[in-house]
This record gives sequence, structure tokens and C-alpha cells, in this order.
Amino acid sequence: MKQFENNALSITALTKVYGKDFEALKGIDLQVAPGDFFALLGPNGAGKSTIIGIICSLVRKSSGSVTIFGKNIDEDFSAAKQFVGVVPQEFNFNQFEKPLDILITQAGYYGIPATVAAGRAEKYLKQLGLWDKRNIASRNLSGGMKRRLMVARALIHEPKLLVLDEPTAGVDIELRRSMWAFLKKINKQGTTIILTTHYLEEAESLCRNVAIIDRGRIIQNTSIRELIKKLNKETFIIDIKDKIDVCPEVVNYPLSMLDASSLEVSVDKNRSINDLFKALNEQGIQVLSMRNKANRLEELFFDLVEKNLVSADGEASDE
Amino acid sequence: MNNQQKWVAFSTIVRREIRRFMRIWPQTLVPPVITMALYFVIFGKLIGSRIGEMSDLPYIQFVAPGLIMMSIITNSYANVVSSFFGSKFQRNIEELLVSPTPNWIILTGYVVGGMSRGIGVGLIVTLLSLYFAEFSLHSIPVTIGIVLMTALMFSLAGLINAIFANSFDDISIIPTFVLTPLIYLGGVFYSIDLLGGLWKAISLFNPILYMVNAFRYGMVGITDINIVGSFAMVGLFSALLFTVALFLLEKGSRLRS
Ligand SMILES: Nc1ncnc2c1ncn2[C@@H]1O[C@H](COP(=O)(O)OP(=O)(O)OP(=O)(O)O)[C@@H](O)[C@H]1O
Ligand SMILES: [Mg+2]
Repeated sequence: MKQFENNALSITALTKVYGKDFEALKGIDLQVAPGDFFALLGPNGAGKSTIIGIICSLVRKSSGSVTIFGKNIDEDFSAAKQFVGVVPQEFNFNQFEKPLDILITQAGYYGIPATVAAGRAEKYLKQLGLWDKRNIASRNLSGGMKRRLMVARALIHEPKLLVLDEPTAGVDIELRRSMWAFLKKINKQGTTIILTTHYLEEAESLCRNVAIIDRGRIIQNTSIRELIKKLNKETFIIDIKDKIDVCPEVVNYPLSMLDASSLEVSVDKNRSINDLFKALNEQGIQVLSMRNKANRLEELFFDLVEKNLVSADGEASDE
Repeated sequence: MNNQQKWVAFSTIVRREIRRFMRIWPQTLVPPVITMALYFVIFGKLIGSRIGEMSDLPYIQFVAPGLIMMSIITNSYANVVSSFFGSKFQRNIEELLVSPTPNWIILTGYVVGGMSRGIGVGLIVTLLSLYFAEFSLHSIPVTIGIVLMTALMFSLAGLINAIFANSFDDISIIPTFVLTPLIYLGGVFYSIDLLGGLWKAISLFNPILYMVNAFRYGMVGITDINIVGSFAMVGLFSALLFTVALFLLEKGSRLRS
């Protein structure tokens, strides 16, 4: 594995068995290059948090190896941990302590004296819009603020690898955008970022590379761009000028009526949408506007998970 | 981590522990002081005057060292068990577990935090006792030595209890069903010379007996048992508990899934 030696994260043949026989991870291989912005996508229970738990040592792996910037988490425990900052899925700070104290204490656990930590805490609390709240008990923060507090806490020792487990769960759209901008900024400044998310739009607008994981296996590991290329269909919603009673029919463009003045159509990537407009026009239907339905990645995602389901069933019947 | 970083991590834990029990002082500092004041009034003044002497001492002088020791024991234990279990319960223990802080630093940090509260309360109770009786310190090294070792031992025990605990019930079972009986039967209120052969023999298995007697010796110069033996006993128990606690942290049992 020489070529992976300097990767930000290198995971090989990682497995995790919870309890006696629940296999949460069934042999994960994953490489994340330094400076990357990497998304870990997958449905509920796929094993995303388990992978993150193992990276930051809260979960004990069953087998396999994990290396962070060349430091193996078994052999070089202390050095590996200095490289990682983690934002967990669930709130895990002391609700009775104040944000400022939480940050300075966390810095202390990394051996950073309070004088240095105070400056950094100010910087990150300000950047994340929490400076005004630094001295209130953290249980009185809103959900979005709590999440940002955990981001600040993860950055206080200035890790080279930042791992975020659903950083924008329960955060409103505006805040989500500002969190994205913030993450993009620190990624640009050189921090490697791995995040898990259910919002595919999030992965699309933030990340360069992606691994899709389902029931403990990676079923797709590629760049976002490649992934989007794989999409061969897009679904549009078309609003039309005059109300209609019957759904129009156009060859190669399966249309369906949503209501009297809107249609839905699924278009192959290599077909021109112009032909559809022309055909509709010929039938006396004028198009007012058109928009994308849902997220294209979303469809792909379901597609992949569906396929994985089929192959997993195949596997089961072979046994 | 280099040594300086380890020191920072250690002092961070200790400071956070002290900040915790100072912040909730009505729960941590006031109740033991009230309880002890009541003990002093009832046993020292009201009943004590009827009892007369115990081991050739006025009863208040006999019982006060035991009561001080009792508050050191219960507060050291309570501090670590509730703080550590609390951070397990709120999951902020994960802040420490993901950090490079070695387990022995985590262990000593919590323990020194617990000792601080135990000794702090012990000092307040000692000042309180001066209102009811007069003492001249018989041996400063013995007094300080046994106080430190007792606080250490019960802080360690509290930590082990917290690691095993899964609920708030689990952190009150040991104090209620083990610690309290051992303290009451550990020579706080009476000299074990009052007990018959069998009961005296059984009492000798109680580690608290050794601490209370060593402390009483340090303060007023009398003891039911050998002082060197006391220190050996407490030292041995502490070493054992330290090893067990460190082993549990290293294994990560009940802390990492
Ligand atoms: N401590 C545990 N003990 C037993 N099983 C567990 C434990 N933690 C997780 N699991 C199981 O392992 C599987 C993977 O869980 P994990 O939390 O990694 O999923 P996830 O991909 O993060 O899901 P989500 O998107 O819902 O957060 C799930 O089936 C879960 O029930
Ligand atoms: Mg999860």
C-alpha cells in the first residue's frame, strides 16, 4: 500500500461486528487524498457513523487497518489523533458548560495551553457566529448553534483532517449555506474534509469525491463529476399555458399529467429537449416554464441502492 | 504528546473537575457540612456528654477525627463517580476519548479532582469541628499522609464504579450498600476494643477501620491498630484499584463501542 502512504485517510479491509454477530461493516476500503473534500453517502444504518467512530477511536474495529496522514491508529495512537477533528452526529458536549469553556477545555486535552486556546476559541466562535453566546450555558443554544459549537470544538486543535457526521442536520437553509461556505473556506486553506450527509445536494455542491455505502459495503467510489455523468435520465416538470384534459403523447418522451396545467417528463440524457417543445407546440400546447424535479443525484442514489439490494439478495440465495 | 502537553491535559481535567464541584456547590459542598454539623451537635454535645470517655478521650475528641475522615471518603467517592458517570451519560467523555490524552492522565486527572473535593470538604469539616472541640495535631506527616491516601483510594473506587455504571441507580448502589455500612462499622463512632472476639476479627477486614484509626492517631495520638499496617493496607488497596481502573480505561470497556 505504498502509494497510499501519504493519504489523509487510508482504510483497508475494515470490518466491524457489533455484539456477537451484527456485521455493520463488511470490508471497507477507502482512500482520501490530502486536501480532498470527500462525501460519505448512504441510507440510514449504512455504517457511516461506524466508520467515523473507528477513525476517531470511539468505536473499536474488528479487523482491518486505518491510517491517518501516514500514522496508523493502532501503532501511533497519539499522533494519529492529533491529525483528526471530529464533529459527531449527536450532541456530546456538557450541556451545563459554556461554549468558551468547552473549547478551551477541549484544546487542553490536545495539550494546548489556555492562553493559546483562548485566541483560537475567539477566532472560531466569531467565524461561526457564536461569540455573543460564549458565556451562556450551552444547553440554551439553539440546535443549529449547538452544531456549530461542535464544529468550532473540532477545529480548536487545528486538525489536518476534519470529519463531520451530518453537520447540517437540523440546520436551516440559510445557516446551511453559511456552514457550506465556511467548510469550503477551510478546505481551501488546506484542511481535508470528510462528511456524511443524507442531503445529496450537499455532496454535490461541496465535495469532489464520494463513496456511497450501503449495509456495510461501499457500492460506488468515484468523483462527483463521474457520478453525475452516469445519470442518463433527468426528470422535468413543465408548466403549460392552457389547461388540458388529456395527457399529450410524444414519442420517446413519456409524459404524465400532474394536474391540468403541469406535466412531468423523464428525458434521456442524449435526447434534445427542443424536440419535445416542438412536438408539444404542434399539439397546440404552450410551455410556460420548466424545472428540474427533485435532485438528480437522488435518483441515481436510489438506483444504486436498489441494484445493491438485488445483488445482495442474489448473494443470499447462493448461500 | 510530549510531557508539557501531558501536563496541560492533566491540569485541564483537574481544573474542569474543580470548576464542576464549585459551580454546583449547593449540591457538593453544603450538604456534607450540614450533616457533619448535626453529627457534632448530637454526638459531640448532646449524647457525647453522657457517653463520657472513649479510649480515654472525651467522646467529641474521639468521634471528630472519624467524622472528618467520613466526609473525605464520601466526598472523594461521590465526586468522581458522579462526574465521570455524568460525562458518560451526556457523552462529553467522548471529548477526552477522541483526544490524544493517555489513559493514565485521564485517570489521574479525575482522581486528583475527586481528592480536591474530598480534602476540601475535609478541611471545612475540620474547621467546623474546632468550634466543638480542641485538638492539637499529634503527627502532621501521619495526618496528611493518610488523608491523601484515603482520598486517592476512594476517588479510584468512584471511578471504577462510574465505568461500570449504566444508570444513575448504579452510582448510588455502592455508596448506599457498601460504603455507608463500612464507614459506620469502621470505628468512626466506637473503638473496636468494645467488640467481642469474632466481631473484632471481622472488623479487621474493613479497610476504613485502618484509615480512621491512622487519622485519629495523627490528630489525637491514639489508635486501635498498628499505624504502619494501616498505611500498608491503604497503599495496597490504592495500587490495586489504580491498576484495575487503568486496565478498564485501556480496554475501553463500556466507553467505546
Ligand atoms: N453500539 C452499537 N451496537 C449495536 N449496533 C450498532 C451500534 N451502533 C450502530 N449499530 C448498528 O450498525 C449499523 C450501522 O450504524 P451507523 O450508525 O454506522 O449507520 P449510519 O450510516 O451512520 O446511519 P444514519 O444515517 O442513520 O446515521 C446500524 O444497523 C446500527 O443499528
Ligand atoms: Mg450516522
